[in-house]
Amino acid sequence: MEYASVFIILACLFGFFMAWGIGANDVANAMGTSVGSGAVTIKHAIIIAAIFEFSGALLAGGEVTQTIRKGMIDTSSLTTTPELLVFGMLAALLAAAVWLLVASYYGWPVSTTHSIVGAIVGFAAVGIGMEAVMWGKVGTIAMSWVISPLTAGAIAYALFMSVQKLIIDTPDPFASAKRYVPFYIFLVGFIISLVTMFKGLKHVGLDLSTTQAYLFSVLIGTGMAFISKIFINRIKHEPSEDKDFHYTNVEKVFAVLMIVTACAMAFAHGSNDVANAVGPIAAVVGIVESGGEIAAKSALPIWILFLGGVGIVIGLVTYGHRVIATIGSNITELTPSRGFAATLAAATTVVVASGTGMPISTTHTLVGGVLGVGLARGIGALNMRIIRTIFMSWVITLPAGAGLAIIFFFILKGVFT
Amino acid sequence: MSNYVYRMFGSSPVRPLQNHMEQVHLCAAELVNFFEAVIAQDQPRIVAAQESVVALEHEADKLKKSLRLSLPKGMFLPVSRRDLLDMLTMQDNIANKSKDIAGLMLGRQMVLPENVAPLFLTYVKRSIDAIAQADTAINELDELVETGFRGREVKVVEKMIKTLNQIESDTDEIQIQIRSEMFKIEKDLPPIDAMFIYRIIEWVGELADLAQRVGSRLQLMLAK
Repeated sequence: MEYASVFIILACLFGFFMAWGIGANDVANAMGTSVGSGAVTIKHAIIIAAIFEFSGALLAGGEVTQTIRKGMIDTSSLTTTPELLVFGMLAALLAAAVWLLVASYYGWPVSTTHSIVGAIVGFAAVGIGMEAVMWGKVGTIAMSWVISPLTAGAIAYALFMSVQKLIIDTPDPFASAKRYVPFYIFLVGFIISLVTMFKGLKHVGLDLSTTQAYLFSVLIGTGMAFISKIFINRIKHEPSEDKDFHYTNVEKVFAVLMIVTACAMAFAHGSNDVANAVGPIAAVVGIVESGGEIAAKSALPIWILFLGGVGIVIGLVTYGHRVIATIGSNITELTPSRGFAATLAAATTVVVASGTGMPISTTHTLVGGVLGVGLARGIGALNMRIIRTIFMSWVITLPAGAGLAIIFFFILKGVFT
Repeated sequence: MSNYVYRMFGSSPVRPLQNHMEQVHLCAAELVNFFEAVIAQDQPRIVAAQESVVALEHEADKLKKSLRLSLPKGMFLPVSRRDLLDMLTMQDNIANKSKDIAGLMLGRQMVLPENVAPLFLTYVKRSIDAIAQADTAINELDELVETGFRGREVKVVEKMIKTLNQIESDTDEIQIQIRSEMFKIEKDLPPIDAMFIYRIIEWVGELADLAQRVGSRLQLMLAK
């Protein structure tokens, strides 16, 4: 194939730029509730995000990457013209990255996932042909965009209710919190590791059976619960702090839980959103390396996930910390007990979606979680207008991503042929 | 750069509502000082106390306005927006009524007849107890949000409201006593002065009524 190395370099460049953008912008959304609830300082949030975004990308990012790479386009008509797919994927990356840049400049709440999916579907439908798009799969993805916030909302509602029942509404909420919070931490560790292992860690050279996956997940969950128990036991009850607000001490116990949940959220975000950047790279690399053949079965090279992970972390360190800092302690009405319920619900939903290869919007899922707690009458005030804007933004993002991708596709096609 | 996840959280009206009630309570409590001055017929102190009531009412007004502005439509709240705004209006009426009482008594240079003066002071104090109790109940609103308006905390608040109702009915009893004392001496008083004393009796009773209505509104919030 002509220009083989040029294509790979371009793909890596665009993909890296996109990953940088995700790190710079999107991570702040994922970490917002954790920082806002005051359980995690900005510095800690950045360290947590760097470690767990990266491991989420590397360990659990494979499935969604495969979907972006080859789940939405039927390549059977492209056997003689594989370069079209290369142009398309490059165009999609560029389109999504440019759209995100424009959106962040104007402060629009757009989703990375929606941009890239819109871009891929756009170039495929126009540049190749309507029949090239696997509409069934694309429909499922679009459905998951509706279902994921709803699921997160329902889980958040249930989590918040269970917290009320087990901890807040008891004669001694502080003691109850100390007793039950380790169980929630076990739950976080168990679910996240189970979903990650269930989908197999073959690409990192770890092949576990179902029983082994359960066993390890229980072990990880228990380990995390024990470690956090040590920290929780150190928290001393200060009656003087409860004078103005009776639940100050209880919330301190929840802060430990919130930190663990923040880790889970960063992991979940890495596992789902890195694919937006690296999926197209993987597609380009796959085609070019197989000498122009569109290999349907080729495995995902691990270095590509690695590249995405590094991109996110660099984006976070160079620019994302500023976005996180603006959130700071501004969300005064979000106490750790609420932040935890909303964030864990979102993290769980996102990780499960990652496991099933569904590219969903982390931000939308998180908003769904927050709304769930709000419906349980747990949050002082939610701005419905902003929430509507967040959900409506994907209606604009899809055609915008698609339109840009189509333009870039024809430019690239003109330049290289 | 605006972050949307941050922006979806509005500022909660709970603390501002509590602060407003606290201010209203301060304003009404100043009436004790005012009535003591009236009974002592200490003119400079009367004027100072009245000015102080007006200043405190003015502060409460400012809090009311800023809270109203921070509650645009499209806010999703744990309690209905209407209930909140109604509650705010009722709280504010307490401050307004306190200002009216002090204003009228100063303006007409009213003197309380000796045989009702001590009872009158008890009456004012008991009405302010009702306001204090309403303030205590409103102070539980943030705890109610923390508990999602469920369980034990609801019972705590319901008990407070019950006490508030008890205090209000105490003021009713005292009012009956004052009226019967007044009835005995009213023919010896200048008729217009007597008429205005009756009006003040009424208004002080309304303070307790208003406090009770704040409590009832809180009870409605719990029910939803």
